[in-house]
Amino acid sequence: MPAIDGSFLDFKQLDLLAMRQTSVHRLDPRAKVLTTIIFILCVVSFGRYEISAMLPFLIYPAVLMAVGDLPGGYILRKILIVIPFALIIGIFNPVFDRQVIMQLGPLDIWGGWVSCASILIRAILTASVAIILVAVTGFPAICEALEKLGMPKVFAVQLLFLYRYIFVLTDEGVRTARARQLRTFGKRGFGIRQFGSMVGHLLLRTWDRAERIHMAMLARGFCGEFHTTRAQSRFGRDEIVFMGGWMTLFIFLRIYNAPQLLGSLFTGNTP
Amino acid sequence: MHMADALISPAVGGTLWVASAATIAYCSSRVRKNLDERKVPLMGVLGAFVFAAQMINFTIPATGSSGHIGGGLLLAILLGPSAAFLTIASVLMVQALFFADGGLLALGCNTINLGAFPAFIAYPVIYKKLIGRNPRQSRMVIAAIIAAVVGLQFGSLSVVLQTVASGVSALPFDTFLLLMQPIHLAIGVVEGVVTALVVSFVYRARPEVLESVLQDKPLGEMPVRSLLVTFLAATLLIGGGLSWFASEYPDGLEWSIAKITGSGERPETGYSGHEQLAVIQEKTALLPGYSMPAETRDGSDPTPTAAEERIGTSLAGIIGGTLTLVFCLLTGIFLKRRAQGHCIPPGR
Repeated sequence: MPAIDGSFLDFKQLDLLAMRQTSVHRLDPRAKVLTTIIFILCVVSFGRYEISAMLPFLIYPAVLMAVGDLPGGYILRKILIVIPFALIIGIFNPVFDRQVIMQLGPLDIWGGWVSCASILIRAILTASVAIILVAVTGFPAICEALEKLGMPKVFAVQLLFLYRYIFVLTDEGVRTARARQLRTFGKRGFGIRQFGSMVGHLLLRTWDRAERIHMAMLARGFCGEFHTTRAQSRFGRDEIVFMGGWMTLFIFLRIYNAPQLLGSLFTGNTP
Repeated sequence: MHMADALISPAVGGTLWVASAATIAYCSSRVRKNLDERKVPLMGVLGAFVFAAQMINFTIPATGSSGHIGGGLLLAILLGPSAAFLTIASVLMVQALFFADGGLLALGCNTINLGAFPAFIAYPVIYKKLIGRNPRQSRMVIAAIIAAVVGLQFGSLSVVLQTVASGVSALPFDTFLLLMQPIHLAIGVVEGVVTALVVSFVYRARPEVLESVLQDKPLGEMPVRSLLVTFLAATLLIGGGLSWFASEYPDGLEWSIAKITGSGERPETGYSGHEQLAVIQEKTALLPGYSMPAETRDGSDPTPTAAEERIGTSLAGIIGGTLTLVFCLLTGIFLKRRAQGHCIPPGR
């Protein structure tokens, strides 16, 4: 039970973070969406055995978290939840790829371990920027940005609808699950049959709700478009500086292995 | 399963992004043109319903473990192909953003794997054909199981192809396939049973809900078919082509990835481990000093130079990497301190 409520509250908190007012939060959402996409493309395009060159990319999530005033522990916990999914596949690498490609003292390091570590770093980087994007932008603003960047209007409306009702309906789902849990003992009542009628009922209630919503919307003059009260943001100087600066850094870090250069200052060995 | 950003290459992720964006555009125009207006809020609310339904677990018979509904086929049955595809895509997008489940680049892969197959194959080609005009409970269950299984088999095959074509994972095509398909066969059966139970409950309680979908005008045959052909062609081209290449030359895939990205720093296989080991052990004592590479450059012993250089580079990588991490962390802490010192607390 705490698990269900917990994951739901978690979800709400991310949404609340987007309401903060910091310099990153105020940027036009398009700048943040595009920068995030470029970031992911740069990280993902590294070779299979790359580790060190990816590390400096951590600067982007670190700076955004700091400037956006995001709670580090919370973001970290969210990332830790998803990492196992990538690692399930990554952990097979050491099984199939046993070529020794590096040696650390007496240790032979197989290619598989290196690429597995590489997958881990990719997972951390890509997951963190996705969560941070929502935490500093907010879901409706991301939809608005994507629509301005060419996403079909029907799909944008769909996303906004989904977002509006997700909180209401997950609340209902959690209540239903809790009610069942309080009325059942041991494993009884958790079978597939009971599930069918429970979810069926939930579905019918949802369906009725959709019809009520539609009528209420028609009564208020809905004609296929959401009007937001948010101030229209524009793509100004701040956005150009933000995007230009980060993109230049990403491309630099993608071409040059910064840790290698830095490390060679200490060992004196030019790569 | 969801594809993750960490496992795909930009080429695979980008191609499937384009494919799914095109499908979203196509479905959007269909929904706008053909479907009645009432479906617009219904799609949104049913998308949220999938999240709610996933909060309710059930015990999977004979295993004792618990599972939850996926919802792709259910949405297709309730909404019809185009609207269902858009709804699934929107659910996946929320998952990618709020839970980092999958990822933003992998969103294209996931939309095709989990959205296109249930919406354009499992429902119209299998479920609808099997169930006919006057559905009965038993028939509904069988149709739903077959449709869910087929949809998920296509989906997991496509996950395997995308993973192998990306070349980040070292899993060989056949091993991965043998791992994924049986698991998804089981998942498909459970998903089919659960979907059928929900649908038959709804059919008994409020038949008009499903009848409106069944009476819907069938999807235009040609566009869907050509869409499918495009998917299959793209997937086969990327996945099949590259994995064939990989099986033909065992190292071909890695080689080609290295060529594309330009940084697959694979060593020559010629170095014996012991040789390197000796060199490292010899040099570790000198590590704090800066003299190690200087000695190498002396040229006193030409053979180990390449090996030593490699050690030098990986050493530089490790030292530099650690420094970089510390640097990133410190920057974050510094900026955070500064922000807390100067900014007005939010919302005041």
